[in-house]
Amino acid sequence: MKSSAIAVSGLRKAYGDKAVLDGIDFEVAAGTVFSLLGPNGAGKTTTVNVLATLLRADAGTVLVAGHDVATATRQVRAAIGVTGQFAAVDDLLTGRENLRLMADLKRVPSGDRVVTGLLERFDLVESADRTVSAYSGGMRRKLDLAMTLVGRPRIIFLDEPTTGLDPRSRRTMWGIVRELVAEGTTVFLTTQYLEEADQLADRIAVLDQGRLVAQGTPDELKRRIPGTHVRLRFADLDELDTAARILTGATRDDQELILRVPSDGESRSLRALLDRLDEHMINAQEFSVHTPDLDDVFLALTGRTSAEVIAQ
Amino acid sequence: MSTVSTAFCDSAIMLRRNFKHTVRNPVTVFNAILFPVVMMLMFVYVFGGAFKVQGRYVDYAVPGLLVMAISYGLGATATAVNDDMTKGVINRFKAMDVSRGAVLTGHVVATTVRGLIADAVILGVGFAMGFRSDASLLDWLAAIGVMLLLGFGASWLTVAMGLAAKTVESAGMATVPLIMLPFLSSAFVPADTMGTGVRQFAEYQPFTPVIETLRGLLSGHHASAGDMFAALAWCVGFAVVGYVWAVSTFKKRA
Repeated sequence: MKSSAIAVSGLRKAYGDKAVLDGIDFEVAAGTVFSLLGPNGAGKTTTVNVLATLLRADAGTVLVAGHDVATATRQVRAAIGVTGQFAAVDDLLTGRENLRLMADLKRVPSGDRVVTGLLERFDLVESADRTVSAYSGGMRRKLDLAMTLVGRPRIIFLDEPTTGLDPRSRRTMWGIVRELVAEGTTVFLTTQYLEEADQLADRIAVLDQGRLVAQGTPDELKRRIPGTHVRLRFADLDELDTAARILTGATRDDQELILRVPSDGESRSLRALLDRLDEHMINAQEFSVHTPDLDDVFLALTGRTSAEVIAQ
Repeated sequence: MSTVSTAFCDSAIMLRRNFKHTVRNPVTVFNAILFPVVMMLMFVYVFGGAFKVQGRYVDYAVPGLLVMAISYGLGATATAVNDDMTKGVINRFKAMDVSRGAVLTGHVVATTVRGLIADAVILGVGFAMGFRSDASLLDWLAAIGVMLLLGFGASWLTVAMGLAAKTVESAGMATVPLIMLPFLSSAFVPADTMGTGVRQFAEYQPFTPVIETLRGLLSGHHASAGDMFAALAWCVGFAVVGYVWAVSTFKKRA
């Protein structure tokens, strides 16, 4: 059994009379990726800020790297690296100078080598000596994460690291997270994307209005939500009836005239499904492949969609 | 490493960051130096002849301009401090094991040094315009000490204003009184030539005793002990009030 890198129990935080975190408990094993999944306003950033010593909790205990964040703040800070939602870089310095600043503040021996290594790893060598104000959003994120990695912190907090990134940068970011874990780093990651949590995390916790509504491995969690399925919409009830009879395992919605057929979404099985409809001369007016997203998770776990959660 | 030497090291690293900012953005230094130099040219060559002062006008004006050059550089610091607080980079420092005041100390030292550089330029231009001083070496050292102390005190006050301001714009505005005060002092004309109300204000505001002390030291005819004491008290007062205000605001926002 691995020791806990992070242990949180009974964590509460309120702003005024609005409870942002309403008693949450979880543990993160050392060397694993833990993902906190939730829509905007669920309390993800507040959680990160408390764990990263930027915010004091109202109640509960939080141990990070074995130290209490409330009493052993310095020891916690020495063990962690934080990349927030908004790139914390110095615009007037160059990329290299930003990294050098981190290396100096952390008293990293042979800082030049570390800085050069990170610039290469994050593909920032060409723009290393340009001031950061000229960087693109993706480059700023990369530099931000590189700055966090200076001095090899044992535990890294990433608050929505891929929000607003293009798909390619997102994949790069995922690759970096996997490398970090391979090196033994513990990663605490918040995200709005189920796919991201699924791709990266060893354990996922779903946060909804300051409470954890589910916790488990990605597989455990996915068992509780509808899997990938094909949605077919028909013109009338007769066609829906016929289709429901020939496609086993489907669930129907008479009101919307929709049939949901479980499927792996691969082309071969989709072709088989369409062929089957053709054999019985049935035409679906609408056809779509639906992969579960955060909305499905929320609908399954809380009975509401994430949009409804935000609207409240 | 002991806590003190860690704090010192952190401050030195932050100071290097502030100097790089200054070098990247030379307009701030240029502004801080150019404006007082222009004022000096205007007052000495245009208005000065109309003012009745003891001795030559350039000798009278230089000490006031030295103070003005220091206060004029403060606006850039207030906006820079506020910028630090409102942008994300401060959160990074806060989540690191970095001594808490290092960011602020970096700003204070950088501002003080910038002020001294501006004063060196003012003195250079002043000498070129005919400024002459009967000051002894000791007087000069004391004068530099006064400029250093004023720069240090005013910097802490400015850092506090920058921290307390809600936006970058209001941070810049907050320092305007500090920049305006030299105009309502004995910088350009003796206070006793002013109207009653203004004169009383000029006599009791912080910059007048500082300017009188500098003027006394540079001319070799020392200002009254009262003025010198008041100058010292104001500078130390600025530093103490600014420091306490800055640190408490920093903790609140941190």
